[in-house]
Amino acid sequence: MANAEEREIEEMPPEEDSELEAHLNTRRMMINLGPSHPAMHGTVRMRVELEGETIVRADPEIGFLHRGFQKSCENVTWNQCLPYTDRLNYVSAIMNNLGFLKAVETLIGLEIPERAQYIRVAASELHRMHDHLTCVGAIGLELGGFSAFLYAIEARELIMDRVSELTGARLTTTFGRVGGLNRDLPEGWNERVYKTLDKIHELLGEVDGLLTANRIFVDRTRGTGVITAQDALDFGFTGPCLRANGINYDVRKAKPYWVYDRMNFDVPVGQNGDNYDRYLMRMEELKQSEAIVRQALKEAPPGPIMVQDWRIALPPKAEVYGTIEGVIAHFKLVMEGVPVPPGEVYDCTEAANGELGWYLVSDGSGRPYKVHVRAPGFAILSGVHRMIEGKMLADLIPTFDTINMIGGEVEQ
Amino acid sequence: MSLRALNLVKEKYPDAFAEQYTDRTGGAWGVLKADSLRPVLSHLKDDPQLDFKLFLSMDAVDRLQLPESEPRFEVVYFLFSVTHNEHLRLKVRVGEENPEVPSVTSIFQGANWWERFIWDFYGIRFGGHPDLRRILMYEEFKGHPLRKDYPLRERQPLIPERPIRDIFRGPGTSGTA
Repeated sequence: MANAEEREIEEMPPEEDSELEAHLNTRRMMINLGPSHPAMHGTVRMRVELEGETIVRADPEIGFLHRGFQKSCENVTWNQCLPYTDRLNYVSAIMNNLGFLKAVETLIGLEIPERAQYIRVAASELHRMHDHLTCVGAIGLELGGFSAFLYAIEARELIMDRVSELTGARLTTTFGRVGGLNRDLPEGWNERVYKTLDKIHELLGEVDGLLTANRIFVDRTRGTGVITAQDALDFGFTGPCLRANGINYDVRKAKPYWVYDRMNFDVPVGQNGDNYDRYLMRMEELKQSEAIVRQALKEAPPGPIMVQDWRIALPPKAEVYGTIEGVIAHFKLVMEGVPVPPGEVYDCTEAANGELGWYLVSDGSGRPYKVHVRAPGFAILSGVHRMIEGKMLADLIPTFDTINMIGGEVEQ
Repeated sequence: MSLRALNLVKEKYPDAFAEQYTDRTGGAWGVLKADSLRPVLSHLKDDPQLDFKLFLSMDAVDRLQLPESEPRFEVVYFLFSVTHNEHLRLKVRVGEENPEVPSVTSIFQGANWWERFIWDFYGIRFGGHPDLRRILMYEEFKGHPLRKDYPLRERQPLIPERPIRDIFRGPGTSGTA
């Protein structure tokens, strides 16, 4: 070995300071990240062409998690689509459930009871916090801050406990039905949520202290994964990723739905469009969402949680067993599903990662004719190559974290 | 909702629309002729009065089983204008024989993946698309699964599946073979 090294040194071109400007023969190298790779959240395969450590070309390849969401929805009734929507963005399933229901209700032309609207807002915001906590924790984890991850995941676990009390499930919530909600808030739930929010506030302070001003964290996120506002709009970025570019677009403010117009909250807007700004957006939204949950639960008026229309809501059991009308309504709803008149609609809500849009077509048969979902992550992932090409391979990791791509919604 | 924008486009391109209507929920739709798609979309993006810079999404509908099924496919486009806080809904209709629509990837980069998606699931080609490959299904896949005449329970495994007799997957099965 020693001989070989000596010969190498002898063959080096005799230049001045040759040991400082060593000539290295490099060639482009193609490497595969994923589909099963801890940094590739879910199952994205990234074909990366490297020159040294610089990414020359990146080509994300998706489809490993494709489950035929649209085709499945076209063959079940409107309410039966709900479990499929759970599995789109499985980190904030309630927002998908309720977003879908809102689009269906718009298509029917249905106004849901006020109490249901308040509970929908509170549940959505709770799951927005859940989503952001997962994202922030994962950023910390993959940049080497394991303690921040543990604090964030502990907070997330507390939300999961409250969500499972509310819906009966930790992840696949299937919450709500067309026309309102399937169940009311459990006894004493509000107090437990307030206590949980206090605890989360504390844990978030820890995460904030560990990451936001951390030299290593800031060095790795500030100025990396940059995208211009022009490109962000072009690719269809929405949510925190768009707002990090200084474009103030939030569906909750732009087209208020449910009772968001009565909620007091601010929408944070960044300016640089880099990883650090996207991280800050999520941290700030966590605080805003906390305030919304508190306000919505406090202001929720008593009353029904479901429309009192037996063509859309299941009648009470006493009616079903006692009257012929009740039996007929129950039978028709279970066998034929909610009657949605023929028509089409595009409707959207603000999910944790951006605008969750639905284009629904009904032919009046009781089953959807077409369910198009505009998943925010799809647009963001389609533009990710613009954020990493020409940059270092190591910057790919925080970029992939802060865009918070969720395989389930991207690959339907 | 976005009637204002549609009327502004109509002033500039009087022949661009084949049809214009408002759906039951109050959303205004413009049905474009295929050859005016690209000029209208770049006008929508660049005119400051319109400023539809945010490309939300696009998809297609197979109208095979709808009462009005000619021409068979509809490609839908959703744009948003942040400055005017407006959604815009556009459509292009295309027939069953060799369906092809001009690609808008050169105007909105975000259309790239959605056009691949529509090619993958509906078999509609996009003329001028830089890289029209399947996106979610694998290259060996035959047919276009979201077409209404593609059988729900058709299976095309890439690697041979072991015969499973007692499990029936997916909707449309009642637990029996």
